Amino acid sequence: VKTASGFLASHVQGIPRSGIRDFFELVQKRGDVISLGIGEPDVSAPWAVREAAIFALENGRTGYTSNLGSLKLRREISKYIEKICGSSYDAESEILVTVGVSEAIDLALRAVINPGETVLYHQPCYVSYAPSITLAHGKGRGIPTRAEMGFRLEAEAVAQAASEGAKVLLLNFPTNPTGAVMAGKDLDALAKVCVEKNLLVISDEIYAELSYEGPHESIVTRPGMRERTILLHGLSKAFAMTGFRIGYACAPAPLIEAMMKIHQYAILCAATPSQEAAVEALRGAEATTSEARAKYQIRRDFLRGKLEEAGLRTMNPAGAFYLFVDVRSTGMSSRDFALRLLEEEKVAVVPGEAFGAGGEGFVRCSYATGLDQIEVAAVRIARFVKKLKGSQGASSLVAAR
Amino acid sequence: VPLYGQNISRTLVSFFLLIPRPIMDPLLQVLKERGRSSFGELAQLTGKTEKEVAAVMQKYERERVILGYQAILDLDKTGHGGVRAVIEVRITPEREGGFDRIAARVARYPEVVSCQLMSGGYDLLIVVEGPDLKQVASFVSEKLSTIQGVISTATHFQLKTYKEAGVLFLEDEKSERLAVSP
Repeated sequence: VKTASGFLASHVQGIPRSGIRDFFELVQKRGDVISLGIGEPDVSAPWAVREAAIFALENGRTGYTSNLGSLKLRREISKYIEKICGSSYDAESEILVTVGVSEAIDLALRAVINPGETVLYHQPCYVSYAPSITLAHGKGRGIPTRAEMGFRLEAEAVAQAASEGAKVLLLNFPTNPTGAVMAGKDLDALAKVCVEKNLLVISDEIYAELSYEGPHESIVTRPGMRERTILLHGLSKAFAMTGFRIGYACAPAPLIEAMMKIHQYAILCAATPSQEAAVEALRGAEATTSEARAKYQIRRDFLRGKLEEAGLRTMNPAGAFYLFVDVRSTGMSSRDFALRLLEEEKVAVVPGEAFGAGGEGFVRCSYATGLDQIEVAAVRIARFVKKLKGSQGASSLVAAR
Repeated sequence: VPLYGQNISRTLVSFFLLIPRPIMDPLLQVLKERGRSSFGELAQLTGKTEKEVAAVMQKYERERVILGYQAILDLDKTGHGGVRAVIEVRITPEREGGFDRIAARVARYPEVVSCQLMSGGYDLLIVVEGPDLKQVASFVSEKLSTIQGVISTATHFQLKTYKEAGVLFLEDEKSERLAVSP
């Protein structure tokens, strides 16, 4: 007789518990914590967007849409993605609306991976990539990115990893958790390797609008890339629409068709009121996204300045809303640092180890939180680091004696 | 005919709303949102040095880009709310001066907290504050309406404030964000 857990599929059972989940429960137990651990905007969606969802409900738009998503929304996406990512897609056949980018990643992987095929991805990275690859019966191979290189993905590293055989490269720039952005010439080199090694690229560009050092550049614009790229984007971050769950995939028609096959049986379509809201959001995109970018940039500069004053280094935080802060100088592991900071100063940050190899020695500080809170958190972190370094100095003195 | 005029002004308004606004100096943005903060704080928020911030602010004040710093108050909660009226005023434009001279006369009264020239059915939109209904009414009948050139007034008393200067007066809904999320 099988016990309940005996029924589980082995590849699902093999997926470890999320490190973030553990940490979340610790934070949740304590009240009065200032959290820099949150991966979503601190504001609600723009009022016009919320109002559009209400209007859709008032008008009875409560049925299904096309499996691909409403054509009205796909047309808006087509216009928008051309502006943001520099590549045009046919609204009728090359765009699929999904339930957040998370679903799109799952669909893309399942549509292209045969069991046992290899997917390359850079680490540290968003927590869902490795499990999503496993769930698609693929084999993940992490490529470490290095702090000294600003957490950019080096083309040679990809070439080397691909030479052992690989089908897909999963990209996420700007990156959660590092905030890293690829420079134009990095993309040139990377694209060349992708073409050479015949890799399909799944590019999660959810933070595209939140690039602070210049306009976002997508790998899809590089020669030979459009036909081998599934471009993923969504409205969660720049439009503060996380709970609406609207993402989308843009790719050549055969890839979209294959993804749609899975989507139509598993999901059918993204929620209709959410799609209506997304149309409104994209129509007002310019104002919403430039305002969000300006707001986050002020916070980033502020927090970064304060942390560096306290002697903590941050590398290349040119995008998204995270600082990946180097805490190696404190001599503590990222987990111990985060736990003690929570315990002693009531500030929550996420230990870098939760984001896979290469994350150890760093903590992720999200600045998607009000400036007032960030100010207090920065003071507390500085005090904490000073205390640590003070005691560190004292103990090494003792050791010297 | 009046309908036609209204449509024109609506079209004009929506046209102006569509023009993307040029990006404001981040310093002004911060001041607009947070009010007067210390030079140190402002420097940190804008990535400038304290000296630069002080110099730029002085320049803005000299050029009267920055006209003052005020707190946004919900006076009803203090018990000193008083009365506020929005008044539509029609005036006769003058040769050479246009509306400006009469508008300036109206604006000089301390009871008048704001005064704007408008397009549409009337000329000036003014906001008047006073301790009670009677005093505001007497300001309108004795001072405002008797100014030469004022043709008519329509006074609307304000009942409740929901939003002012970009700030919602409603109680904030408690944030339901998870404390840690990926």
